[in-house]
Amino acid sequence: MNYLMGAFKPPCNITITFSDGKTRKQVSVKKENGKTAMVPVFQSLETISGEVSIDPVQGKKVEHTGVKIELLGQIELYFDRGNFYDFTSLVRELDVPGDIYEKKTYPFEFSSVEMPYESYNGTNVRLRYILRVTISRNYVSNITEHRDFCVRNYSPVPTMNNSIKMEVGIEDCLHIEFEYSKSKYHLKDVIIGKIYFLLVRIKIKNMELEIRRRESTGSGPNTYVETETLAKFELMDGAPVRGESIPIRLFLSPYELTPTYRNINNKFSVKYYLNLVLVDEEDRRYFKQQEISMYRLLDTPASS
Amino acid sequence: MHADTVAEDEEKWLAEGIAGVQQNAYYMHRALDSNNLKDALKFSAQMLSELRTSRLSPHKYYELYMRAFDELRKLEMFFREETTRGNCSVVDLYELVQHAGNVLPRLYLLCTVGSVYIKSKEAPAKDVLKDLVEMSRGIQHPLRGLFLRSYLSQISRDKLPDIGSEYEGDADSVNDAIEFVLQNFIEMNKLWVRMQHQGPQRDKEKREKERSELRDLVGKNLHVLSQIEGVDLEMYKETVLPRILEQVVNCKDELAQFYLMDCIIQVFPDEYHLQTLETLLSAFPQLQPGVDIKTVLSQLMDRLSNYATSSPEVLPEFLQVEAFAKFSSAIGKVIEAQPDMPAVSAITLYVSLLTFTLRVHPDRLDYVDQVLGACVKKLSGKEKLQDSRATKQIVALLSAPLEKYSNIVTALELSNYPKVMDHLDNSTTKVMAVVIIQSIMKNTTCVSTSDKVEALFELIKGLIKDMDGTQDDDVDEEDFKEEQNSVARLIHMLYNEDQEEMLKIICTVQKHILRGGPKRLPFTVPSLVFLALKLVRRLQGQDGDVVGEDVPTTPKKIFQILNQTIEALYLVPCPELSLRLYLQCAEAANDCDLEPVAYEFFTQAFILYEEEIADSKAQVTAIHLIIGTLQRMNIFGVENRDTLTHKATGYSAKLLKKPDQCRAVYACSHLFWVEDQDGVKDGERVLLCLKRALRIANAAQQMANAARGSSGSISLFIEILNKYLYFFEKGNPQITSSAIQGLIELITTEMQGENATSDPSAEAFFASTMRYIQFQKQKGGSMGEKYETIKAS
Repeated sequence: MNYLMGAFKPPCNITITFSDGKTRKQVSVKKENGKTAMVPVFQSLETISGEVSIDPVQGKKVEHTGVKIELLGQIELYFDRGNFYDFTSLVRELDVPGDIYEKKTYPFEFSSVEMPYESYNGTNVRLRYILRVTISRNYVSNITEHRDFCVRNYSPVPTMNNSIKMEVGIEDCLHIEFEYSKSKYHLKDVIIGKIYFLLVRIKIKNMELEIRRRESTGSGPNTYVETETLAKFELMDGAPVRGESIPIRLFLSPYELTPTYRNINNKFSVKYYLNLVLVDEEDRRYFKQQEISMYRLLDTPASS
Repeated sequence: MHADTVAEDEEKWLAEGIAGVQQNAYYMHRALDSNNLKDALKFSAQMLSELRTSRLSPHKYYELYMRAFDELRKLEMFFREETTRGNCSVVDLYELVQHAGNVLPRLYLLCTVGSVYIKSKEAPAKDVLKDLVEMSRGIQHPLRGLFLRSYLSQISRDKLPDIGSEYEGDADSVNDAIEFVLQNFIEMNKLWVRMQHQGPQRDKEKREKERSELRDLVGKNLHVLSQIEGVDLEMYKETVLPRILEQVVNCKDELAQFYLMDCIIQVFPDEYHLQTLETLLSAFPQLQPGVDIKTVLSQLMDRLSNYATSSPEVLPEFLQVEAFAKFSSAIGKVIEAQPDMPAVSAITLYVSLLTFTLRVHPDRLDYVDQVLGACVKKLSGKEKLQDSRATKQIVALLSAPLEKYSNIVTALELSNYPKVMDHLDNSTTKVMAVVIIQSIMKNTTCVSTSDKVEALFELIKGLIKDMDGTQDDDVDEEDFKEEQNSVARLIHMLYNEDQEEMLKIICTVQKHILRGGPKRLPFTVPSLVFLALKLVRRLQGQDGDVVGEDVPTTPKKIFQILNQTIEALYLVPCPELSLRLYLQCAEAANDCDLEPVAYEFFTQAFILYEEEIADSKAQVTAIHLIIGTLQRMNIFGVENRDTLTHKATGYSAKLLKKPDQCRAVYACSHLFWVEDQDGVKDGERVLLCLKRALRIANAAQQMANAARGSSGSISLFIEILNKYLYFFEKGNPQITSSAIQGLIELITTEMQGENATSDPSAEAFFASTMRYIQFQKQKGGSMGEKYETIKAS
């Protein structure tokens, strides 16, 4: 058995290490098999460098027609599973054809790599970055090894950030005015606002604020839209009367949010909405949804 | 059945809730013990979620709340340790608890951490408090909101940025403390008021009862306010009170308004009330019509009057703020604003105001009158009060000045006093009149002018005459007597040194009591007569210096009045009494040397005797009275006297029963022998009388023999013997010792006669008479000599 396994085992171990792997910040990501792993985080225009070491299994040699390392940015749509669309592809040749008898180490460097999109792991779509080492061989399949890394791009504080203010209602039934202090929030932000009740003729039981993520994939007739409620945050308990104003303070940090992604490579979009829901005593729901724009602000030590 | 199952269900729900709290508290404690903050927060939030129930009544909910409250205390301690150990900054903690998805647990946790936050002093207390009170708006459910805010109030009590507190911030931080408490109070009150609209209409009554149980949660805020050091008079006047009142007025809820007004009055110092009286009182007319204003206002007045009496230094303040005028006008406005207010409430208000003014301004009688006047105004145009409670209040209103001044004279100056009384029903008027009289009696007040007497009788007219529409039938005889007796006693309390004024008083009294009708006159007339006679006696005392036509007060005039008065009694008819009074008057006239007057009175007495006194017993009494009086008269000329004595002896002999005749006749003997210096001493006629008496006694004896076969008592003879002895001693020459001797022998024979019936009392009487004779003999002297001739065997 062991022997048999050994026959299919790759004849060498390939290890990819990042040059600042020990110090670089890491985040956990969910892998396909459901396990989480820690991966290093990069941002666009960073230089990605490191080493690839190929260590042949004891007493074996690796014959090859060349060794290369690729940096790939891929989008995988789940309805088209297994088919990766590479939007970024950079290659470095590491070795010319030959044989490797013993452990050999190759440094590599992709300098100032443009990585416009962030890694994303959604319901119907995944965007990932990998480093892939390929040992090309004749007659037998190539030996490949890849290493994930994560890309996060930071945005500056937007110069324009208007509040969202709106008056909505059902005639002669319910009239409210709500206000969220901003329309753009960073991921660790706090939503501050208030709801002002102008007219209440229904018996309200409670009110909550939902954060919803709307992920649309594909285009044209093949568009898939998936909406997911990430947070249900109760704002009010009981029935208010006319003139009451209820405060909103919702910390975003506990939720796994991403920045808003608009039309990433014409493949998908991820948008965020605040959904204000009023529930009456008969469990009827009255709601108003508002898009908010999420962005990633560079973590400062204070808010980390 | 339905109610039972509801109660059972509720017990079950409460038990479930408590179990939930306990279970989660258990896990929370485990997490606390292992310093697991995340789990501690999770389980505490779950524990607090039990408080989200809507199924419990306030009472049961409170039980559940207390369980959770205890656990939160432990959690707070953990938080404090956690932050002081540096495991977690309090700021982070403050954010962390806000991640809870449900608003109620979130806010309980926030308040708990908030308490730690303030204690840590990492942020100014005012900011934290402001945040907490603002965020608490998330709970709009009345019951849950009330308890949450009550929790907030509880944890913040010792952390207000008050003056002198360790949490005091910059100069104005006390404002923040006040603002915080006020805001929490306002929100709590709103929730509390809103509670009545929760749920179906049919349960309203039950709900209001439950709501009432929660009132102290709201009221506690006012208590907290009153405890804030920084709430000085200025602050109270400018900020606190106006804000509270605004809320009270605007909430438009009877229950809340009543309770809160009461609360304000109770928790803040009296001194503040006094200085803000105008503001405070201005709220009352704006309250809902159903609010029991009278109780609250009375409470306030009570408190302030207590305050006023507590120390004399504060009294000037009352004057300075014109407390009375303010109360008076406020009450007026309240009554105006609430046209449907029952009379009893209005009157109760006036009673309180009256009590207030009596205690605070005892010297201001005009205030008292003003109050009564206002009350009259309120009652005017209405029928007499039928409501017994209202009547009771009026009695209280009227009694208060009496008790206070303990002098009816003061009350008589109150022009509105009788007007108020007019609104009472007849029986209460009487009760009130009795109260007035009792007050006079108790304090032995002397009513001394005719005006006052007039006023007084106006007040007690319920007793003086029949009121319109009274059914006499249901008047209790005992009560009636009691009442009239008290009127009679009252008459004796009227007195003035000045005779002229006194006469006026008498005229006034006469005028009133003559309206009393046949039932009252027998009680009242004698008093009046004696009152008048008293005056006569006084006049008589100084007769010498005041004689002349220009003096208006003469005995003559008084006797005229007396004559009229007794005549009224005579018409009742009440002959025996009239007769006695005539005789009294006659005697007084005698002492005043008014012969014609005295004669007139005697004439009247005789006419009465002849025409009205038919009863033989009454006749006996009457004739003895006449004889007794006549005996003392010394002004009559011979002719008049003869006429009168003749009449008297004549009537004596005409009495029905022989013994009566006998006794009357021997009594008449005194008419002819008066032991005065210039008295009549007609020994012959005395003897005639006595002889006649003997004859009658004999006749009586014989009649008894004839009728019953035994001789009657010999006591008549012994009595006559005594008369003989009397005149004998007085030196009547017609009475000789032999006559006495004869009489004694007669008696002795009678006593030993065969038909004699044994009469021990007569025997004893005779024996003692004989002993007397013996005694006189042995005494010697002139008297002894006189008796010497009598043989007493």
